Amino acid sequence: MNVTQILFWLLSALTVFSALVVITRKNPVYSVLWLIITFISISGHYILLNAQFLAVVNVIVYAGAIMVLFLFVIMLMNLNADAEPQKNKWLQFAGVIAGGCLALVIIAALKNVDAKARIAETGSDIGLIENLGKVLFTQYVLPFEISSVLFLSAMVGAVVIGKKN
Amino acid sequence: MQSLTNRSKPVERKPMTWVERIYIWNIFKGMLITGKHFLKKKPTIQYPEEKRTFSPVFRGVQVLNRDEEGRERCTACGLCAVACPAEAITMEAAERKPGEENLYREEKYAARYEINMLRCIFCGLCEEACPKDAIYLSETFAPANYQRKGFIYGKNELLIPDPKTQAQELAKARGQL
Amino acid sequence: MHLLAIDWIFLLEKLILIVIIISISLGVAMYSTWWERKVAAWIQDRIGPNRAGPLGLLQPLADGLKLFMKEEIFPASSNKILFLLGPCLAMLTAMMTSAVVPWASHLHIAGRDVPLQIADVNIGILYVFGVVSMGVYGVMIGGWASNNKFSLMAAVRGASQIISYELAMGLALIALVLHTGSLSLGVIVEQQAHQGYWNIVLQPLGFLIFFVCALAECNRTPFDLSEAESELNFGYHQEYSSMKLGFYLFAEYVNMFISSVIMATLYFGGYHIPFIHIADPNFAALAGFIFLFAKTAAFITVFMWIRWTVPRFRYDQLMNLGWKGLIPLALINLLITAVVILLHTQH
Repeated sequence: MNVTQILFWLLSALTVFSALVVITRKNPVYSVLWLIITFISISGHYILLNAQFLAVVNVIVYAGAIMVLFLFVIMLMNLNADAEPQKNKWLQFAGVIAGGCLALVIIAALKNVDAKARIAETGSDIGLIENLGKVLFTQYVLPFEISSVLFLSAMVGAVVIGKKN
Repeated sequence: MQSLTNRSKPVERKPMTWVERIYIWNIFKGMLITGKHFLKKKPTIQYPEEKRTFSPVFRGVQVLNRDEEGRERCTACGLCAVACPAEAITMEAAERKPGEENLYREEKYAARYEINMLRCIFCGLCEEACPKDAIYLSETFAPANYQRKGFIYGKNELLIPDPKTQAQELAKARGQL
Repeated sequence: MHLLAIDWIFLLEKLILIVIIISISLGVAMYSTWWERKVAAWIQDRIGPNRAGPLGLLQPLADGLKLFMKEEIFPASSNKILFLLGPCLAMLTAMMTSAVVPWASHLHIAGRDVPLQIADVNIGILYVFGVVSMGVYGVMIGGWASNNKFSLMAAVRGASQIISYELAMGLALIALVLHTGSLSLGVIVEQQAHQGYWNIVLQPLGFLIFFVCALAECNRTPFDLSEAESELNFGYHQEYSSMKLGFYLFAEYVNMFISSVIMATLYFGGYHIPFIHIADPNFAALAGFIFLFAKTAAFITVFMWIRWTVPRFRYDQLMNLGWKGLIPLALINLLITAVVILLHTQH
């Protein structure tokens, strides 16, 4: 085992553990904080794959900005552990079915995958900012620009909702 | 209303100009002003090491005077207590016994003489009222104390040192040493 | 020497560097508190601390001792773990930013080139942004865990302020990165040394935006909305006492130090000394280090100068400035820079 492997197993264990804690905590604030840890450990995986840019952007955007907004909402709504919102039996039932379906799809998709062929080469430089930028602005320029239009429309929608009251 | 000085300026309520609105220039001007103060000589007086000189008419804490032979001048006539607007002065009179002529100048003297420094306003009316030149306002102030009773000054605190037996202390208290 | 395929000398070298840089950051933060009080005093025609040691130089030690002696208070209805986590996180993120800063050029010791930079990551400046965006949690968690409405309001204010100003900061930075072509701080400094003039010449507007945003990111006046003594009592660290409060206050000064270093690195040439070439690498590194520190000290002083000049913004003014002032300005700056670079490369 070399250092990369040790780090990989450590990070994987941390990721899975914190992801499990996210869904088992009753206090939503704890869930959000564990989700941040999950994101950071996923960033660790990116770094192991030599994709520093993706790692840092993951931290800035997901662990930084989006989770702060989550935390905002939860803190201001002041959800306490004793005031758990959903107690409806039918909802729980629906949740189990939906989750089961998702699990089925994932298992079906992963069943026939040749694991060896899909392992990212740790030596590749595709995650570095220069290569990533080149790929994004040549090969994938249309999807890239369309997704930016998507963000713009989301922004306009937010402004419209904000203007009403 | 007529203004007292010609320095007053009417309040301007013009809309802000572009330069004022971007605010950067105003911050810069403010920083120039504070920058000038940054370099100015500081007026601070480092108190315990350095003391401000009082003006010659400063009215400080009272002292009870003695005459040239070291006898107390106060006769406990009570005029100072009557003159005191803050009612800070109380006293008890006593008669001089034979053999005490070297202690008290007149037949009657103050056995107890107290000034409450928390009440005293240092107006100096006691000094003006005294017919015997017995009470004077000195050029120091009452030092701080932890207890209120520490501010009620009796004869121990008020009497000046005897010029005959304690000449050194007297000179020191007068600032001559 | 090769166990687990790690270069142990390399590791030792980095560890020593980390220890040195952290102690320097802490020392600078300590003496920033002293200097802050001195600057405040001088601006207000006072003398400032002068009793503890000569010129009051032992004052930070006395302050630290005082903070240690204070009682550790956990409010009864607070969330204990998060209450403790808040200041720790604030301190941790403040210290982590210094990892990518190039402190000086290479040292040459015993035939080995020792770079005075903990990690020359090729996305150095993004790393700083990532860590800063983590720093928000110190404020938010601390404010929420105190279970106090003033703290919570201050935490929400502080977090939204930091997020808002991060945008303008990033946009101002992109204009600079367009010119340098690299996100690595080491490369940016080398490139400034190579071109002979500093980036401030090319990006004056970008620097101004970056500087204003740095003030906001460090929660310094006029943007200290999350502290706001006069409105929110003491802001997010109202319930804190003893060294937990000390950590928050200290983190603020460490942040100020690091952001000054980064501004000096990005726009003022870092450790590069103009017009002087020193042949001996060790001496050059030392001189560059001192020069970087002089620039940093100047920035810290300007931070303080602004603090004791400008009153606090109102919250809507802060948001207006950020979203309607700085972000459009940064976008225009970015556009102009891009057009100029495009025209320049075509000819």
